[in-house]
Amino acid sequence: MADYKALEDLVVQVRRDILRQVHKVNSGHPGGSLGCTEFFVALYNELMERNENFTMDGIGEDLFFLSNGHISPVFYSVLARAGYFPVEELNTFRLLNSRLQGHPTTHEGLPGVRVASGSLGQGISVSIGAALTKKLNKDKHLVYTLCGDGELQEGQNWEAIMYAAGNNVDNLIVTVDLNGQQIDGATKNVLPLGNLKAKFEAFGWDVMDIEKGNDLKAIIAGMKKAKEKTGNGKPVCVLLHTVMGNGVDFMMHTHDWHGKAPNDQQLETALSQNPVTLGDY
Amino acid sequence: MKKYTDTGKKDTRSGFGDGLTELGKKNKDVVALCADLTGSLKMDEFKDNHPERFFQVGIAEANMIGIAAGMTIGGKIPFTGTFANFSTGRVYDQIRQSVAYSGKNVKICASHAGLTLGEDGATHQILEDIGLMKMLPGMTVINTCDYNQTKAATIAIADYEGPVYLRFGRPKVANFTPADQNFQIGKAVQLQEGNDVTIIATGHLVWEALQAAETLNENGISTDVINIHTIKPLDDEAILKSVKRTGCVVTAEEHNFLGGLGESVARLLSTNHPAPQEFIATQDTFGESGTPEQLMDKYGLNASAIVNAVKKVIARK
Repeated sequence: MADYKALEDLVVQVRRDILRQVHKVNSGHPGGSLGCTEFFVALYNELMERNENFTMDGIGEDLFFLSNGHISPVFYSVLARAGYFPVEELNTFRLLNSRLQGHPTTHEGLPGVRVASGSLGQGISVSIGAALTKKLNKDKHLVYTLCGDGELQEGQNWEAIMYAAGNNVDNLIVTVDLNGQQIDGATKNVLPLGNLKAKFEAFGWDVMDIEKGNDLKAIIAGMKKAKEKTGNGKPVCVLLHTVMGNGVDFMMHTHDWHGKAPNDQQLETALSQNPVTLGDY
Repeated sequence: MKKYTDTGKKDTRSGFGDGLTELGKKNKDVVALCADLTGSLKMDEFKDNHPERFFQVGIAEANMIGIAAGMTIGGKIPFTGTFANFSTGRVYDQIRQSVAYSGKNVKICASHAGLTLGEDGATHQILEDIGLMKMLPGMTVINTCDYNQTKAATIAIADYEGPVYLRFGRPKVANFTPADQNFQIGKAVQLQEGNDVTIIATGHLVWEALQAAETLNENGISTDVINIHTIKPLDDEAILKSVKRTGCVVTAEEHNFLGGLGESVARLLSTNHPAPQEFIATQDTFGESGTPEQLMDKYGLNASAIVNAVKKVIARK
């Protein structure tokens, strides 16, 4: 049974980390990061089987790939707080000579990152490759991927989605952050995604929804269900219904905070809604 | 002059296919991916021998590059196969982010490069791929000259850790390098030694350079011929050593003069040992339909064009 109090505390602390990272350098992507905080916390602390020491090859453990690399603030915070690198290093987010580049990369050797992402639409393909290698290595562990909903407008995704189903890549769980927002506005106004569930199903995926995508219990229960669906010949897709900017009232339900940092006053308000739990870096 | 003999025309892509077959037997980590061109890339034998290590991705090159990048995680050595055009321009951002920037051990193997693809025309004849690939930090760029060298290079790159672009072609061409050659990435091959001019060639133009050197020698022009199979990293030492002796250079490649081997040589010389240079390359143009021979003749990529360029460059000394 998960220790929900501890996980909730971590969620609040990660939100603070996200806000403080982007505020310090007046750049970065808080909206999508906040919307996926509960998912990341659940994934790294409750769902994935992870080895203690990071290796690029990740033999004998579950792997995670972030396709929508711009939500690096949440990725970095959760990685640091899971012990991949010192939490103090969050102070270097987006600074010159930092391992915490604007978008995640392997180039500076940051533990926890296995491929560069940021240019959208490439994560599912990379994840399929890692999943195929796991099969060749007779490694029963899973590959998890997160991608944005707007990101699915990139055509490469659909090549990958077709491939994974056609080749029974069933050790793969792709979660779509369904927040309905992208830079220029609501996805339904920019380029409607249509019925994503029907689309994934038509391609041959096993698809499920997690309606409460910002609720730890719902995420953990849903993802455990998704895990049970693996190994049955089909790749698994989870449509995670999230609220962009979750946990900070003025950042919620809008695309305004996709790639904008809060000013001093806004930071103070946002942090006051998320009081310190584990301690700031 | 050293004598080089064509042991029988063969296509460089078959060198790739046979090299891959050999690799399949000796290295269990080698996997192959193809985007619906298995026959054209001569990957059938590998596929038949190791169906579990062969991945048909369909007509979806972007996905193929991404999958290849992912397959390296866990220790596989992916070889991707499609035409040069679809191996580079079509998937440039996928190679840039998921392979090169991510430092993944992917071997991008590209057939049907250049004009000699022939009748299919400009949509399929890429003349910009060397430039695209050499501009990527960390990318090794190789353009082999014949069947034997392509086979040797295919086998050699599996032992090198890092992204590689291996470029070869479609038509049957002279096979003249040794079957048992020790292919060393980044190491130029000195084919002829001479004092009046250096010809630096890559790919299909290497044989043409040797033919040109014979003609030039008959006319009393002592010609140095260097086979640059690795355009990046460039063998600076071999090139400088030769040009310091000869004082002028002709570069020859089946590629646009912008971005190709010639520009790499020009950069090296201008910063170390300025010397007159002539470029045998296409002149910022697309290709067109025709037989390989017709096209190489029309676009000035053959032995007689090299001879003319040598005369011109010697006059500029």
